[in-house]
Amino acid sequence: MRRWIRESGDEMTLSGIDALTEKESGFGLEVPEDPRPVRERRSVSRGGMIWRRLKATPRFWIGTGVIVGLVLFATVGPLLTGYAFDDQDVLYLNYPPTTVHWFGTDTLGHDVLTQTMVGLQKSLIIGFIAGPLSTLLSALIGSFAGYVGGASDKVISWFIDLMLVLPTFFILILLYPFFNGSWVLMTFFLALTGWMIMAQVVRSQTRSLRERDFVKAARFMGFGPWTVVTRHIIPNVASLLIIDATLGIGAMILAETSLSFFGFGVQPPDVSLGTLLDDGQSAAVTRSWLFLAPAIIVVVLLLAINLVGDAVRDAVDPSSGNNRD
Amino acid sequence: MIVYLVRRILNYLVLTAVASSLAYVLASIGLNPVAALQSRHPKPPQATIDLALDKIGANPKVPLIERTWVWFTNLFHGDLGQTVNNHAVSETLLNRAGVSLQLLLIGSIIGAILGVVLGVWGAVRQYRTSDQVVTYVSYLIFATPVFVMAVLFMIAATQFNQAIGTQLIVFSGQFSADAPSDFWGNLGDRLSHLLLPTLVLIAGSAASYSRYQRSAMLDVLGADYIRTARAKGRTRSSALVRHGVRVALIPMSTFFAYSFGTLIAGATLLELVFSWHGMGEQAIQSIQAADINAVSGATLFVAVLILISSTLSEVLYAALDPRVRR
Repeated sequence: MRRWIRESGDEMTLSGIDALTEKESGFGLEVPEDPRPVRERRSVSRGGMIWRRLKATPRFWIGTGVIVGLVLFATVGPLLTGYAFDDQDVLYLNYPPTTVHWFGTDTLGHDVLTQTMVGLQKSLIIGFIAGPLSTLLSALIGSFAGYVGGASDKVISWFIDLMLVLPTFFILILLYPFFNGSWVLMTFFLALTGWMIMAQVVRSQTRSLRERDFVKAARFMGFGPWTVVTRHIIPNVASLLIIDATLGIGAMILAETSLSFFGFGVQPPDVSLGTLLDDGQSAAVTRSWLFLAPAIIVVVLLLAINLVGDAVRDAVDPSSGNNRD
Repeated sequence: MIVYLVRRILNYLVLTAVASSLAYVLASIGLNPVAALQSRHPKPPQATIDLALDKIGANPKVPLIERTWVWFTNLFHGDLGQTVNNHAVSETLLNRAGVSLQLLLIGSIIGAILGVVLGVWGAVRQYRTSDQVVTYVSYLIFATPVFVMAVLFMIAATQFNQAIGTQLIVFSGQFSADAPSDFWGNLGDRLSHLLLPTLVLIAGSAASYSRYQRSAMLDVLGADYIRTARAKGRTRSSALVRHGVRVALIPMSTFFAYSFGTLIAGATLLELVFSWHGMGEQAIQSIQAADINAVSGATLFVAVLILISSTLSEVLYAALDPRVRR
């Protein structure tokens, strides 16, 4: 469940978004006279304002820093350890962490540190592709349904309801025979099953945007649905989409680790955080380093992504979230 | 109001039937029971394989649309077909549903109550130490996959058991093979097995409910009607509970329904980690055994659970919000 959705009644709305634009446009507020001459005033765009708020949030920088660190760990790291992830060191089978193998080795003598790095790499690739992809799907489907309305809206809404009848995890398990073994296909299936809730939000936002003058003007000027949706609707829900894409990366990594952990995801010889956790699980009590290394990485990664996502949400919609007044 | 509810329930019923038929179609395309039968040792003769396939209604010679129609019509007679091991699916479902529901019901009810209480408490004590602690802990729980938390709890329980020298916390299966047969001993044994999976489930759901409830509660704390309630002489706590919490629960009732799916998925994973023989285990084992009917049965069970929880949340919504009732 994406956490920033707030519902009122049947229609989901993001309270605050509308309120925010009203406030910025100055209605009902005393705007003090700016002493500078007109041409020196810099108008603050909405994007600029969000970025300024974001820059001032420590959570954003901490989260981003950790994510960048982990990306380096996953990409540059394997070059520095001196082992390949499938190298077997027969002199060190099942060793706890030592100076030779910092995170220890497993029963086959694999270097756990290198395996964790390579596994993280795969999980990151899957998350960073599937998260934004599902956001793209929800933006297109949601705005189309909301803008065109009528029968296609009914059909799409009904289809979304239908997909929500089953938990995504179950749908993915049902789809497992179709992506058997291929993590690339799995990434696309993750995106294909993760767009529904966001599409509902975009749809209800679009229905209210549709009645705005600038959208009406574009429509009456004769632009088709595709042009209006891509030029006027989607830019106006862009901030929602950015939040969704950020939190979506975390959600997708979580889905990937869960599927792989139970053998329905990434298959050997490939490793991901999920398969590593699966391998470490059976020995978690006696040889805890096998489990703890990927577990700590996954928790830190998801924590960092959620921090960034929350910081972005608070910057977009200051009346929501944890740090409001 | 009744008309509205009946219409919603009918809509959900149709959705459930369509969704489980779609699951049947997906399972029929994706799974290959023929290969599973042929790979048995010794390899059965072709006639036996055909007979077995006909019995489970998975003979690839019959068109898929016809097989789906047969499954769909049988559904209305309460017949979910046979598993590959010649058991009635409906029978296995009943056995396993009890196990799953035990975990799900306790986890979701305690989790929801705890989440709401923590959320309200956090909103009322905004920015105090207790609120900050709850916030940070829920962030941490959010970032921990269910199965990781489960395994960490297992490690902790093992060390706890070693420290006190007895097996106080047991965490494999629903009960021990050598459980005491008297009522209290048996109950104690089951509770001891229930402890860890339920704790993980409660932690997960309470963490997300408390965030939402806190946010919803903060929205109403400054509302005029709370001040009015205070002005007419209600105490602070009474005004907050009777007028504040009730309003803040309205958006939550929708969220309960949405999050129930996540909860079911979480419970499925927990069943596997803690080796409970419930519906989640059934779903995953039957995929591995290419058992189409069993997969569809498990899917139907999940869809029905979602149906019930959505209906309950509609009723809760109507009970809380008088505007819907008209």
